[in-house]
Amino acid sequence: MSRYVLDCRRLLCPMPVIRVQDRIAELEPGDELEAVCTDPGVLQDIPAWCRINAHEVLEVREENDEYILRIRVGEEE
Amino acid sequence: MQRKAVALISGGLDSMLAVKVVQEQGIHVEGINFFTGFCVEGHTHAIRKKDRKKPKRNNALWVAEQLGIKLHIIDIVEEYKEVVFNPKYGYGANLNPCLDCKIFMVKKAREWMEAHGFDFIITGEVVGQRPKSQRRDTMPVVQRDSGIGDLLLRPLCAKNLPPTLPEREGWVDREKLYDFSGRTRKPQMALARRFGFEDYAQPAGGCCFLTDEQYSVKLQDLWQARGDKQYEMDDIMLLKVGRHIRPSPEFKLIVSREEGEGKFLQGYRNQYPSLKTVSHAGPLALIDGTMDEEQLELAARIVARYSQGKNAPEVELEYRDTGGASRTLKVAPLPPHELKKEWVL
Ligand code: SF4
Repeated sequence: MSRYVLDCRRLLCPMPVIRVQDRIAELEPGDELEAVCTDPGVLQDIPAWCRINAHEVLEVREENDEYILRIRVGEEE
Repeated sequence: MQRKAVALISGGLDSMLAVKVVQEQGIHVEGINFFTGFCVEGHTHAIRKKDRKKPKRNNALWVAEQLGIKLHIIDIVEEYKEVVFNPKYGYGANLNPCLDCKIFMVKKAREWMEAHGFDFIITGEVVGQRPKSQRRDTMPVVQRDSGIGDLLLRPLCAKNLPPTLPEREGWVDREKLYDFSGRTRKPQMALARRFGFEDYAQPAGGCCFLTDEQYSVKLQDLWQARGDKQYEMDDIMLLKVGRHIRPSPEFKLIVSREEGEGKFLQGYRNQYPSLKTVSHAGPLALIDGTMDEEQLELAARIVARYSQGKNAPEVELEYRDTGGASRTLKVAPLPPHELKKEWVL
């Protein structure tokens, strides 16, 4: 299992979702990705995208006006 | 063998129904959603503070979740510029190149379909629903120019159109497709009830800002000022924010209307020179273009006019260049009658 960080600061939805989607496509099941975002819209959109695509949001935190979502990459179907 | 279809998902009701109709026939469906930069989804809600309390969902994601399908969101911002600059079939009522846009999206979906081993494409189009892109005579144009031919199925109006390959091959049963036509929304709403869909989005007009008159005026102005139809992502994003005021061909001001916008514009201060009132609470304004000292004073007077000090004899502002160097200006706010109507875009 590897951990990665993705900088989505200043991007507005749906760009952060697209970045997460494209990054996850390169990762292995079980890997973890932390997306660092500033658009509060990601609090809805990234979890929704993860639910549809069978990835898991492990943690959501807010630090200094930034929203950090930790995602575990799901199994390929 | 289970056939696979990729559906163009806009987030509206029609594509949602189209997917459900073919899903019911045992077809595996996945969705594709294109981000052009002009999409109505997201953005403004993220920017304006007053809208923040009510969380705004992304309708394409919501639709996919309701249907239980995967959704692939594709960034087409760069390639889409060509569609906006040079639409072969022209613009609609505003700067919306709907027919070219449809052709482009179906073409991109076709490429995706081929790369992922899918069999055909579905859309929620209905004959006669939209004045330009969904007419009986333009629908075949989409098929021809996109190269998809008869691998494009429109389940909501298929019975009004010649049978497509998925129908002829028996992948889907034509009898179980629909014959909707025209601008009425009643059949869609009845079908939504039958499927138990509630709370779906009903977009008025179109799915993107290019159908918005106000927005098109600002985009046209941008093109005119630059002397060509160029735009970057930041430009088209900024057209959604603040008041845009152009007192001269050389520059325009983007003035925040409330705190959320002010905060958003602040993120651009290293790309654009800015003005901010300091003696009174007031907006942040970005300066797009170039100006001399006299024009800077006029700009400062305009910005002061939108501050709490609009009736004060003098307002102090900070001018900041893109490198972060700043200086103070003291000006008299511009009286309302001197702010020309044609300056406000
Ligand atoms: S409204 Fe916008 S996104 Fe929709 S078809 Fe027209 S140009 Fe394309």
